[in-house]
Amino acid sequence: MLLKKIAIAGAATLLLCSTALPTFAKTFVYCSEASPEGFDPAPYTAGTTFDASAHPIFNRLVEFKKGTTEIEPGLAETWEVSADGLEYTFHLRKGVKWQSNDAFTPTRDFNADDVIFSYDRQGNKDNPWHEYIAGITYEYYTSMELPSLIKSIEKIDDNTVKFVLTRPEAPFLADIAMPFASIVSKEYADTLEKAGTKEDFNNNPIGTGPFKFVAYQKDAVIRYAKNPDYWGEAPKIDDLVFAITPDAAVRLQKLKAGECQLMPYPAPADIASIKEDANLKMDEQAGLNIGYLAYNTTMAPFDNPKVRKALNMAINKQAIIDAVFQGAGQVAKNPIPPTMWSYNDAVQDDAYDPEASKKLLEEAGVKDLSMKVWAMPVQRPYMPNARRTAELIQEDFAKVGVKVEIVSYEWGEYLKKSMEPGRDGAVILGWTGDNGDPDNFMGVLLSCAAAGEGGANRAFWCNEDFSALLAKAKQSSDVAERTKLYEEAQVIFKDQAPWATLDHSTQYVPMSAKVSGFVMSPLGDFTFDTVDVAE
Amino acid sequence: MIRFILGKLLYLIPTFLGITVVAFGFVRVLPGDPVLLMAGERGMTPERHAEVAAQLGFDKPIWMQYFDFLNRLLHGDLGNSLVTKKPVLTEFLSLFPATVELGLCAILIATLVGVPVGVLAAIRRGSWFDQISMTTALIGFSMPIFWWGLLLIILFSGILQWTPVSGRISLMYFFPSVTGFMLIDSLISGQKGAFLSAISHLILPSVVLATIPLAVIARQTRSAMLEVLGEDYVRTARAKGMPPSRVVGVHALRNAMIPVITTIGLQIGVLLAGAILTETIFSWPGIGKWMIDSISRRDYPVVQSGLLLIAAIVMLVNLLVDLTYGLINPRIRHK
Repeated sequence: MLLKKIAIAGAATLLLCSTALPTFAKTFVYCSEASPEGFDPAPYTAGTTFDASAHPIFNRLVEFKKGTTEIEPGLAETWEVSADGLEYTFHLRKGVKWQSNDAFTPTRDFNADDVIFSYDRQGNKDNPWHEYIAGITYEYYTSMELPSLIKSIEKIDDNTVKFVLTRPEAPFLADIAMPFASIVSKEYADTLEKAGTKEDFNNNPIGTGPFKFVAYQKDAVIRYAKNPDYWGEAPKIDDLVFAITPDAAVRLQKLKAGECQLMPYPAPADIASIKEDANLKMDEQAGLNIGYLAYNTTMAPFDNPKVRKALNMAINKQAIIDAVFQGAGQVAKNPIPPTMWSYNDAVQDDAYDPEASKKLLEEAGVKDLSMKVWAMPVQRPYMPNARRTAELIQEDFAKVGVKVEIVSYEWGEYLKKSMEPGRDGAVILGWTGDNGDPDNFMGVLLSCAAAGEGGANRAFWCNEDFSALLAKAKQSSDVAERTKLYEEAQVIFKDQAPWATLDHSTQYVPMSAKVSGFVMSPLGDFTFDTVDVAE
Repeated sequence: MIRFILGKLLYLIPTFLGITVVAFGFVRVLPGDPVLLMAGERGMTPERHAEVAAQLGFDKPIWMQYFDFLNRLLHGDLGNSLVTKKPVLTEFLSLFPATVELGLCAILIATLVGVPVGVLAAIRRGSWFDQISMTTALIGFSMPIFWWGLLLIILFSGILQWTPVSGRISLMYFFPSVTGFMLIDSLISGQKGAFLSAISHLILPSVVLATIPLAVIARQTRSAMLEVLGEDYVRTARAKGMPPSRVVGVHALRNAMIPVITTIGLQIGVLLAGAILTETIFSWPGIGKWMIDSISRRDYPVVQSGLLLIAAIVMLVNLLVDLTYGLINPRIRHK
């Protein structure tokens, strides 16, 4: 009798438990490294913000093909470029649904009005949405020079828009594939304006992307749900969660404990132990970046290319890769990374040769040189430890009789002072590509235009031939021709040596062995629409 | 008593004004330009720089910026973050409960463990317990929090797998934030296991944050107790044949508690400072991490108003400590 009772009670408990257990949706947790600044992609510049807004929630007219920097159709299915390169006509995808939330249910599909609104609000100061939050600015739109480039955007019909440019600009399509050019809903903006809750445009985003925004708890968690109406291939996971975990060591512990399935930016010292862990796997890829040492080419003796070349020959770059990057990088010889189209592999680097360096310095009449080397105070993917790098350069230069004093400033000061024309010394800095176009490296960092005030040419190097090649390449839409021009430009660069090109770092993405379908982006984006996780 | 409270409150006004100057000045004295930081490696043309600076009001003379800040403060406007563009007060209120929850737990652990340890160490002065506990307290006091936190994570979360690594609650649970206090919200939510999950997430960060205050409280209690135990009235109580538990518990402890309460009150500042590191390690979404991020981004409005709010809270707690003081020792409030 007693046994029977126990059996019944047991069965009832089992039944209760089995019915009480909720059926879990397939959830993917990403241990992100920082909090997003907001969810409207246009006013911000941080990659972390784009990973949380532009990539899961929104789409662009054209997109970067997964894992590449090639352009593929996004919200525009096809487009034509006029012969003079001044008119781009985009044919928009039909039947693309906007997402909905508690405050907004769309009454129409995505159309040309949304495209015009998305650009106009950034470029037109009279647009009521230009400064919908006090102090908001559109730094990417401005720095990609779109205000001077876009003459007008015309609506041909509901599904066709024409961009008229003021000059031919080859990187234009790559520019508008960037996160800041995400297409937002005009109807949603109108709804919020009526309700007097404009700031929700940034807090509760509505997009056309693979995931819908669900909730954000500041500095802790962001939640997304699969967008059931997504126009592209449906995501394989139901829920996407960002667990914000700033410390790299803690991220790794969370990954190991199964609290998240994927993490960015492991500490270089942990790479080896991750590789050995059977429960984890790791993708790696050459980063789309460059770390460099920029001489001030307007000051003697660094105005002499011979001196710059001699100093470049004195640097043991491989030693820097080994000591600072713990092997997770490669020596750089060109100002663009080898994964970028138009990379000129025929260029010969100035090989490490202290003796030849000494001789060259003597020839140039340089004796008892002492100089400053600037070390950045922050870590960047292209430079995990600038101070250590500067110390290695100091040792190398000492071997050829050049005395180095290492200086450093607070990051904002560093950026400012390093751009002052009379700057004393060579600066360690770097760059991570925005859109995969060579002009986004060479044009931004080395052109004559960038050597002026407020530019990013920290060598103040202005070579007419080099700049002319860049200008020509920027106007041509023929990739083969552009490739040739950029290859030539790289030869001039190496010959003139305004920088010591130091490194291209390797990017690692550790994840649980159960994860499949993750594709690393050369631009450093983290996207999860193709990700799956085994039960 | 009311006069005592009013007098204390009056003192707060000049202190508060002084703090506005320090909070406003502090972040501006630091080198670095928030506008340039927005542009990063890319740089910014001088025209664009001037345009953005003007939009943010940084083009005005510094004294005018200060009076703007004061003026808005009097209207209850603490400004908007330069980074998130959200009102500072909204951000503060959404993050503050997490810090309070963590801080309360830490101070609870520090007091509940620190006071008895201090008392025991005092009673058994010179014993092995006294020596070990005070050496441990010294180590705890000098422990680098960052390293200590990681060590505990690796041991308890990594190797033993007893506690979760970081965060406030398992991501499995999702409910609206009502009070901002995870322990309360998880109870209200009615979701099975949510409360336990919240507690398990709170253990390691509270222990880490409690480490320094615990050491200070234990040492302070010990020395206060030693002093009181040597007093004549304690000897008299003993001579009268009163049981030792009553001598220690009533006669000595109550008097020894006055400096200890002051110490506990002063730990609020230590806790807020410790919260900066603890919150970063344990991905705890509180104001410590918020302030650190804002300082490194030179987010002037957040830093100045955040400092002000934090200072106001520390002042308030100190006031409460003063009042409690008065309650315990009537001589103080009648002075």
